Amino acid sequence: MLLAEIVSLLGCTELLDLEGAGNREITGCFAADLMSEVLAFCGHGPLLVTGLTNVQSLHTAEIVDVKAILYVNGKCPDVQVLALARARELPLLSTTMTMYEACGRLHRGGLPASTKV
Amino acid sequence: MKEPLYAESFKIRGGDFEHGGEVATRIKSICKELGIRPDLIRRLSIANFEAEMNVIMYADEADLCFQVSTEDVRVVVADRGQGISDIELAMTPGWSTATAEMRARGFGAGLGLPNIRNSVDEFRVDSRPGAGTTLTYVVRIA
Repeated sequence: MLLAEIVSLLGCTELLDLEGAGNREITGCFAADLMSEVLAFCGHGPLLVTGLTNVQSLHTAEIVDVKAILYVNGKCPDVQVLALARARELPLLSTTMTMYEACGRLHRGGLPASTKV
Repeated sequence: MKEPLYAESFKIRGGDFEHGGEVATRIKSICKELGIRPDLIRRLSIANFEAEMNVIMYADEADLCFQVSTEDVRVVVADRGQGISDIELAMTPGWSTATAEMRARGFGAGLGLPNIRNSVDEFRVDSRPGAGTTLTYVVRIA
């Protein structure tokens, strides 16, 4: 699924204006607020769905090669986090949906879970 | 003695949540430049990130020494701090003494040490309560 399709599916706001971000292919999804759970159980290169907006969400994303982060419940990280994400060319999205609803729609839309094998 | 291809030490300060994860991401970049296999970099990076956050959450400060040879990547994280009184208990997934602030930062799930153990090929914990903890772990690359 393309990132642009996810934006459309969930009515997301794109927090960064990264060229070509919408064409990124997303092959799986992992959702958690605890970053140790992401590190322990997440597969390679997913969309990360989280309510955690601090800098650790970005560093965790870097460690497991996340392709994009989706912040739920209308959350948006601060300017420092946005600047770091821009420097790393990591797309950040925000949706007003809850984590449950966002994940439900993504799964129904055909995006599978990304878990460590 | 294996000849090191690369060695560097990093300081980690306890309580420095704002920079938590920077050492792990820096080492990941170095590993990429050294041409280490991506799946091995990922395993090492998970261990480094967890070890770094453990220092930030539970210790006063630490030195993380990172050494790459033709055979392996060896990391020693030696902290000064409260130490661990019961290492076996601390290795139990889900067991945690994290505060609400730590959990709000996305850590303190009781998965730190188990994540390190599960990500590396060799792992050792030495601790003296009231003095500090030293983690030593190895990822084989050959």
